[in-house]
Amino acid sequence: MKKEEYLDLYYQMVLIRRVEEAAIPLYQEGKIGGFLHLYIGQEAVSTGLISARLPQDRVITAYRDHGVAINCGVSADLVMAELLGKATGISKGKGGSMHMADVEKNFWGGHAIVGAHLPIAAGLALGDQYQETDGVTICMFGDGATNIGYFHEALNLSKVWNLPVLWVCENNQYGMGTAVDRASAVSDIRQKAEGYCIPNEVVDGMNIMKVRQAAERILAEIRAGKGPYFLEIETYRFQGHSMGDPERYRKQDEVKQWEENDPIGIFRHYLTSEKIASAAELDQLDQKAADEVKAAIQFAENSPEPAPEELFTNIYVDN
Amino acid sequence: MAEIVKMPKLGFDMAEGTLIKWVVQEGEKVEKGSVLAEIETDKATVEVESNYEGVVARHLVEAGAIVPVNSPIAIIAAPGEDVKKASESPEAQAITLPETEPASEEKAAETAPAPAPAAEAETSEDARLPEGVRASPIARRMASDARVNLSQVAGSGPSGRIVKKDIMAYLQAPALAKAAASAPARGEPAPQLAEKAVKPLTPLAPLPTLSGAETPADEIVPLNRLRLAIGRRMVEAKQQAPHFYITHEYDVDALMALRQQANSMLQEDEKISVNDFIVKGVALALRQFPNLNASKNDDQVIRHGAVNIGVAVAVEGGLLTVVCRDADHKPLRQIAVEVRTLASRAREGKVRPEDIEGSTFSISNLGMFDVENFSAIINPPEAAILAVGSARQVPVVKHESLTIGWRMKATISVDHRVSDGAEAARFMQALADYLEEPLKLLL
Amino acid sequence: MTRITMREAISQAMWEEMERDPDVFILGEEVGVWGGSYAVTKGFYDHFGEKRVRDTPISESTIVGAAIGSALTGLRPIAEIMTINFAFSAMDHIVNQAAKLHYMFGGQLILPLVIRTVGGGGRQLGATHSQTPDAIFAHFPGLKVVAPGTPEDAKGLLKSAIRSNDPIFFIEHATLYQTRAEVPDGDYITPIGKSKVHREGRDVTIVTYSKMLETSSKAAEQLSGMGIEAEIIDLRTLRPLDMEPVLESFRKTNRAVIVEEGWRSYGVGAEVTARIYEEAFDYVDAPIQRVAQKEVPLPYNRTLEQLALPQVEDVVQAVKEVL
Repeated sequence: MKKEEYLDLYYQMVLIRRVEEAAIPLYQEGKIGGFLHLYIGQEAVSTGLISARLPQDRVITAYRDHGVAINCGVSADLVMAELLGKATGISKGKGGSMHMADVEKNFWGGHAIVGAHLPIAAGLALGDQYQETDGVTICMFGDGATNIGYFHEALNLSKVWNLPVLWVCENNQYGMGTAVDRASAVSDIRQKAEGYCIPNEVVDGMNIMKVRQAAERILAEIRAGKGPYFLEIETYRFQGHSMGDPERYRKQDEVKQWEENDPIGIFRHYLTSEKIASAAELDQLDQKAADEVKAAIQFAENSPEPAPEELFTNIYVDN
Repeated sequence: MAEIVKMPKLGFDMAEGTLIKWVVQEGEKVEKGSVLAEIETDKATVEVESNYEGVVARHLVEAGAIVPVNSPIAIIAAPGEDVKKASESPEAQAITLPETEPASEEKAAETAPAPAPAAEAETSEDARLPEGVRASPIARRMASDARVNLSQVAGSGPSGRIVKKDIMAYLQAPALAKAAASAPARGEPAPQLAEKAVKPLTPLAPLPTLSGAETPADEIVPLNRLRLAIGRRMVEAKQQAPHFYITHEYDVDALMALRQQANSMLQEDEKISVNDFIVKGVALALRQFPNLNASKNDDQVIRHGAVNIGVAVAVEGGLLTVVCRDADHKPLRQIAVEVRTLASRAREGKVRPEDIEGSTFSISNLGMFDVENFSAIINPPEAAILAVGSARQVPVVKHESLTIGWRMKATISVDHRVSDGAEAARFMQALADYLEEPLKLLL
Repeated sequence: MTRITMREAISQAMWEEMERDPDVFILGEEVGVWGGSYAVTKGFYDHFGEKRVRDTPISESTIVGAAIGSALTGLRPIAEIMTINFAFSAMDHIVNQAAKLHYMFGGQLILPLVIRTVGGGGRQLGATHSQTPDAIFAHFPGLKVVAPGTPEDAKGLLKSAIRSNDPIFFIEHATLYQTRAEVPDGDYITPIGKSKVHREGRDVTIVTYSKMLETSSKAAEQLSGMGIEAEIIDLRTLRPLDMEPVLESFRKTNRAVIVEEGWRSYGVGAEVTARIYEEAFDYVDAPIQRVAQKEVPLPYNRTLEQLALPQVEDVVQAVKEVL
């Protein structure tokens, strides 16, 4: 990888983090409505995965989709405008936090019904297979989705039809709510793929380089016609963090702890220790991301509300 | 831009009105100042004029609805404006339609005794229908368009419902049969201010036959708003104001002569009635008795500065008191024209709010019905009312000999909380001063 | 014109469209090697091959989900759900995905998708396999719901559906497959979202669709013998619902009977009746009547089943009541 590519990955991760952090007060002020699922702590997963794709590869994910949108190339402006429900949002203000898509960027959406996008992902892959392109569909979902019927139907069909799809389970082992072993008969989620004879592996999702390398290798295999693949990515809910202020994380006594827990910190440490980039260069990127998010908020705030006529558009294509 | 027409406030105490009829239909043009709808208030049916020029885009309430004052009733599109757009414009959409209610028995029940259960069940379906009549929506519309009285049409549908084909059959039936079927049940409203005329011979009504099959059933008539209002006010007056009555007989020889002389000089529509003389005489006499030109208000008496004489007029379904303002200042001819105009508007159901607001003393004259004398109930909150009988030629003693003279009796009803017998009697004498020397009314 | 069955009409529509457009393909349970459980796709597998006539596992939500996904890539899938009763297993993908994706992403996602399915009672299949829940699917904006009553319309409407860029839920009636009628020769399409005057009459308007078009037509013949001429409006599309021919007819007859095979509560009849009252109240001459299935899970026993389903006599009786 060239230096610019490393710096770009770093920048994407920081940008996602800043967007998500900015969303918190906007939500508290009531400017963002509905549900708001943040991607803080999981930036390495989608950044690593999606950076490994080719332009013809499709991405589809669940409702925790802001970061995925940004990795697919959607600007922070359009993400923020959608969060604020504005006409300029990526889904024209009609989708909100959970429903962002950008077809031109081959990003097929955040989907809010748990697991329901897996059969759709199978269909996207079927489309590429049918049209004999070499595109691969990357389908991301949480560990909870592996317990719903759609997951099993979709995995089964993908193997039966040998579809070019990469199933990606973002497994947060330390998550809140129902622990994996209380909801799933197998605590090793990748075992479920075994049931459908789908090759599988587990990778550390806090280390972007590991994610990236696994994704590059697996996507090439699928592209070669080897059929579906199941990748379980272990991520960690980011705990006890206080990342709001970039000035603070540069304080020496906090850096160490932060680097041990945070995917951005881990990558930052990697870049500086491998002498790929200097701390000053990375600080500059941090500042750039902060500025971009500030501008995005301004863009979103200044954007118009959708016109009332928009209520009745996009129900059907043929009227 | 579309304009919103609201239920006008037609009097200080008006809270709501019944929209009885749309004069201009949706899609029709309306001029500024032309009549848009007819509205019935507690006191009268009045015409609502449009303040805008354009096309009626939408009626927001249907005929029959009771609408609070200031609630939107219609949208008028500006000339050239798209009518459909106007009725869907943001202003139009922003309207919160009033909670209108059909003018049904339910409302009347607040002030009137509860109607018989059967009647309630019938009218709850649609208060616009005559009692006991069922009709499908299209039959109602066709009847309304063709001005057919649904109570004249036989219904062939379930439970006697009048349906489309019944209306069509009715409309196709020979005109003669219809005329017979729709002979008026009630007489025309009595002419109020016309002079007593020679009665034409009226043919006798056919002898009622009493074969059981033909005995008419009882008719249950719901009270209209005017009747309800009259009832309320009269009960209030009779219960709260202790009335006393003083009757006085007036020598109106001179008045009748003067009137004949005056009318010989006047156009038909300016001719002066006996009542006009009384209006003028009462107005002048009241100037000397401000305590009778007054209103009772809790612990106060308001002695009015102006003398506005109310004249009771019989109208269909009730009576209204039209107001001749500042009658003490007006020449008789003007009083005659004004009262005639006001009375005819009232009878046609087209009074304006100012026609019936603000009287300070009322006169009820039943002279044209050959009434010798009667007493009236005070029109609250006024302090007194004068009931006037017929001017009649009677034998009188004059210069100690029996002769024929014109005499007219009048009875004043007075609120004893405001005045006493002596004052009222002196007023009746003062009135005599004018009526018996009518030249004073002209000077 | 050629006289063919409803089954042949539907089959021809797909065959012709698959010949015309290589992006059109079929997926569903038993559509391929078996030839379709109602034999609608008989011969397709041999002619078009397994790529375009795809047998699926028994996975209704994934049949519809995969059809959605492939439609998003520009293909024109025809997903067959063996019976409408199984569509409940795919409910999320029909009403939560297909009906919403275009709108929810601001018009970016386009789903040229047909879901074909078969409904209706009267074959002694018991309560779970005999339903006519058409109104449920018509409840969702974003979906178009088509239910033809004649071979001609079935062919024309299905061809329209396949060429449409919207998700179409296409409901066939199992007991109509044998119905034989004239169909125009050659390529033709019938527009979706247009109701049609099926039979002209002056006395009463019967509004119906699908299987009940047949029932209503028989009733109209009986009524004609009694001197009553019923006008029949075939809705053909339940969403978007085209009320114009209904209202036009009703303004003439002032009386209406709505006939549907599904349950009366919250049904097609409820919707059509309400719209007539809303839009043509001043033309009403008698309360509108609804003929519909009795409010019971459909029983197995033939006599009981027929008692529950709307019959010709029920329609005749309802017409008499509004006259």
